[in-house]
Amino acid sequence: MSEIITGYRRPAPEHQPPYNAPDYGSTRLRHPKQPLLQVPHTLTETSSPRFSPERYPQTADLTVLEGAKGHAMGERIIVGGRILDEDGRPIRNAMVEVWQANAAGRYNHEGDQHDAPLDPNFHGSGRVFTDENGWYRYVTIKPGAYPWRNHHNAWRPNHIHYSLFGAGFAQRLITQMYFPGDPLLALDPIFNTVPDEAARNRLISKFDLELTQPEWALGYRFDVVLRGRDATPMEDDHHD
Amino acid sequence: MTDAATPEAGPAIASASQTAGPYWHLVDFPEWADTTRHFKDALPPGERIVLTGRVTDGSGSPVTDAMVEIWHADPKGEYPDPEGPANEFQGYGRCATDSNGNFRFVTLKPGPVPASGHSRVNALQAPHVALAVFARGLLSHLCTRLYFEGEALNETDPVLQAVEPARRGTLIARQSEPGTWNLDLRLQGEGETVWMAV
Repeated sequence: MSEIITGYRRPAPEHQPPYNAPDYGSTRLRHPKQPLLQVPHTLTETSSPRFSPERYPQTADLTVLEGAKGHAMGERIIVGGRILDEDGRPIRNAMVEVWQANAAGRYNHEGDQHDAPLDPNFHGSGRVFTDENGWYRYVTIKPGAYPWRNHHNAWRPNHIHYSLFGAGFAQRLITQMYFPGDPLLALDPIFNTVPDEAARNRLISKFDLELTQPEWALGYRFDVVLRGRDATPMEDDHHD
Repeated sequence: MTDAATPEAGPAIASASQTAGPYWHLVDFPEWADTTRHFKDALPPGERIVLTGRVTDGSGSPVTDAMVEIWHADPKGEYPDPEGPANEFQGYGRCATDSNGNFRFVTLKPGPVPASGHSRVNALQAPHVALAVFARGLLSHLCTRLYFEGEALNETDPVLQAVEPARRGTLIARQSEPGTWNLDLRLQGEGETVWMAV
């Protein structure tokens, strides 16, 4: 290991949401009022826990619950894509955790009391790992839209939550994948907290005929980009 | 799909963060709050400790729907080798806050982390735990560090020393009983935790 390691690139403010976003009411009492302390990246930030399917078993098909007889209700879809860093390098063996509402727009979660049916054959959580080229793939049903109390007649667009780990804890990311053509996107305070339009639109998956399986399910492509390393050359460059 | 050689996708910009929201399944695994759970009798040498704390918001109310993650070095101050065996000790844990806003981890006390890092912080780091907080209302997770009261290295730790002295206490856990270290996290307002842009 070299004496000096490089950290990760810092995001431009327009590419990430702020902590204080008045249109999203829950930020009001939860955003820090003091400026964040800029900290340099040390081994703590450039190292990361390692996850393996042996310890963290995969669930790549959310439509079939272990021990259940039926299939989840709704429109079956295939979601796949690549996890890359800002230099286009694939994140290999990365753990991708996803969770979502069911086709009726209800989470299988005690806090969700939306008057929509629960599906006994759908829990709504999955876990997959990327391959050597950063690809991942899972099968699920298209989540429904649901109301929330942020403002009058507020509805969340269809979305699937993503949680990702890279090679450094500074790359940790939780985000949401949206669907193309959703009329609720233009009205959604959470989606619209990302200032840059292109950055927002990168959270929208694309319909993908290659991922689509004939006679079976539509495919959606969603790539996620984690922070890349600083350009500073590494002293010990054989690691790269 | 084509699996071309890497890097092939070209430069890109990191994806935007979005809130974890209130209804989630990342917190379905309470056992993840114990980093020693994989080891039974073969636990690596070191001191087993408990980390506790309470998360509150700008009104002082408990944040009952948060998830806290920890990441820290092993008792020797080392992080797992990315190419090493998958069954090494890893100081990673995840815990949901309860109806009082409390979290609780069981782990091994980290050692001082050696001087390998950015040149600006080319100094031995005091034992510390990286903390990440995720919740409804947090569009990106909040990051900070937990230090241990009474560690001599706290006086020279490059990150802790970058904090203004009056607020340093928000990062220093104190023992509530032997082996149990407590650090409350305040998202906003009086006594606000020093949150870090990592």
